[in-house]
Amino acid sequence: MRVTQPSDSVPLSLRSLAARRFGAVSWVGFAAWIIVIAFLLLAVFGPLFIATDPLRQTPGALLPIGSPGHPLGTDNLGRDELSRLVHGARPLIGIALLSTLFAALIGTTIGLIAGYSGGWIDQLLMRTTDLVLAFPSLLLIILLVSVTGAGPFPLVTGITVAMAPSFARLVRALCAREMARDYVTSATLAGTRAPRIMLVEILPNLTGPLLVQVMTTISVAAGFSAGMSYIGLGIQPPQPDWGYMVQAAQQFIYSQPSLIILPATCTLLFVVACNFVGDDLRDRFDLRRDL
Amino acid sequence: MATSPEQSSSGADGSSAAREPILSVRDLRVGFRTRSGVVPAVDGVDLDLYAGEVLAIVGESGSGKSAMSMSLVGLNRGPRTMISGTAHFRGIELISASERQLRSVRGKHIAVVFQDALAALNPLHRIGKQVAEMITLHQKVSGRRAKDMAVQMLGDVGISNPRHNAEAYPHQFSGGMRQRAMTAIALANDPTVLIADEPTTALDVTIQAQILDLLKSLQRELGTAVVIVTHDLGVVADIADRVAVMYSGRIVEIGTTEQVLYAPKHPYTRGLLASTPGVTGPIPASLPTIPGSPPMGAERPDGCSFAPRCAFVLRECATTPILASHDPSDSGHQDACWLGELTIPVPDESRSTL
Repeated sequence: MRVTQPSDSVPLSLRSLAARRFGAVSWVGFAAWIIVIAFLLLAVFGPLFIATDPLRQTPGALLPIGSPGHPLGTDNLGRDELSRLVHGARPLIGIALLSTLFAALIGTTIGLIAGYSGGWIDQLLMRTTDLVLAFPSLLLIILLVSVTGAGPFPLVTGITVAMAPSFARLVRALCAREMARDYVTSATLAGTRAPRIMLVEILPNLTGPLLVQVMTTISVAAGFSAGMSYIGLGIQPPQPDWGYMVQAAQQFIYSQPSLIILPATCTLLFVVACNFVGDDLRDRFDLRRDL
Repeated sequence: MATSPEQSSSGADGSSAAREPILSVRDLRVGFRTRSGVVPAVDGVDLDLYAGEVLAIVGESGSGKSAMSMSLVGLNRGPRTMISGTAHFRGIELISASERQLRSVRGKHIAVVFQDALAALNPLHRIGKQVAEMITLHQKVSGRRAKDMAVQMLGDVGISNPRHNAEAYPHQFSGGMRQRAMTAIALANDPTVLIADEPTTALDVTIQAQILDLLKSLQRELGTAVVIVTHDLGVVADIADRVAVMYSGRIVEIGTTEQVLYAPKHPYTRGLLASTPGVTGPIPASLPTIPGSPPMGAERPDGCSFAPRCAFVLRECATTPILASHDPSDSGHQDACWLGELTIPVPDESRSTL
């Protein structure tokens, strides 16, 4: 195939390059992917490039954006806002990713066993799941965190418990649907053991919907993480965290609104971008689109 | 009652005389629980399968042919099915066997080929991997060795360039190639019995013939006994040594292919054959049909279930006839009809025009 010159077709952009490799992508989907990847890079590598200690207090409190030495200004204790913002990405994104990972692992295990076994095992597992789902998630997380004490690990536990049931329900429904398909029957008739049928035969066929659910859950978990830190049950000061930063900046909402706007916008961007990446994945895995 | 080894003396399966059946089914009953009561799908089937023979089970939809063959591999077990009877195979009673026992039989000694190969192959695994998987499940061989055996097997079932095609996914194969691949998976461990549930129904006619030829040649080569479930009498004539005709959950006639297709005894078999167009002779304006339709589920009548549609109903038909041989000369040929039992001469005319 002749390589088309950028001049006689669509201008060669990052998006058209992405489209060439991964298939057509909408502007919104493309932007969402870029934002999510950017935030992940920021969380992993950002702190390495910021020399300023996010905890170091300076006499210059509440400096505005563009101050010398503090491009995004300082907070009420004179701490560099840029450094705090970059360091604040790790706890929020880390908690969101970790709790989603655990929720996916636990939920998928429960869902596969329930969907594969059927009968009373299915009933027992799914009714237990319903019990957890019946609790409002935020209330459940607050309850768990207040029992175990605030901090990143109780928070991960809480969000995991709150998010696992939706994975279990999804996987159970998908698995039950796959059970009716002949390839599962033929695996059974080949003498394959149940765990192998679940993990090697069925699970790969659930990848699409599972990935969509993972992205959605990351965004919800990020929201919970920020929310819990905001109400003081998540990341504890002085550790920088977007949710906690919004709370701390509340009293300066009129004098220095950027202290709220910056971390809040970051949280919002990440959450929304994750959702749109989920939508893009949904479109990609929707087989009906290709027919 | 059932065919005993010494009875089989004629037909393609003459060598099975004095041989023990490898699979012996007695009084198999399968019922499905529904809201409106238990629907009997299989109603007391006795059947023997001999090593290396091809036994066709024919019957229309709902006659219980699939339910019967699938219960032999423990497939339709569950709270909604009631299965009774026995099926002895290699010292195991399949009907009451534990899942563990069944797992040691499935794929290794009894393999199954399905109608829809696309659905029966995992869409996300490469063909070669699926064949190799079947091998590693039952044989202690290395992954590399299993892969080589899989490629060999794919070549044996007539897939060209097997090493290359082993890397393909099921959707990249044509219908015929998929059926060949599934046959390769089924025969990977050289099973004693192959159950083929309508293996050619989803294929077009030329591919059907190819797959049947393949089954036939592999069956001869490996000495596999094949139970082929079909409603296609052409398939039966082409491949089967013996035929069992099922109607409404019971075997109504069984014998060698020649006996059943050329000298049918049961009125249902005769009707079935009469409604098949011939290759030679004038094309009829319309084919003869059997009036009525098979009894559905629970509304099966007492006695002979074909009686409501039968042209030769007798008073005796209110009692269920047993499957037995009625002619001392060809004793392997059995049917379940009172006509034979009572030795009432049936006019030759009605035999041919029914």
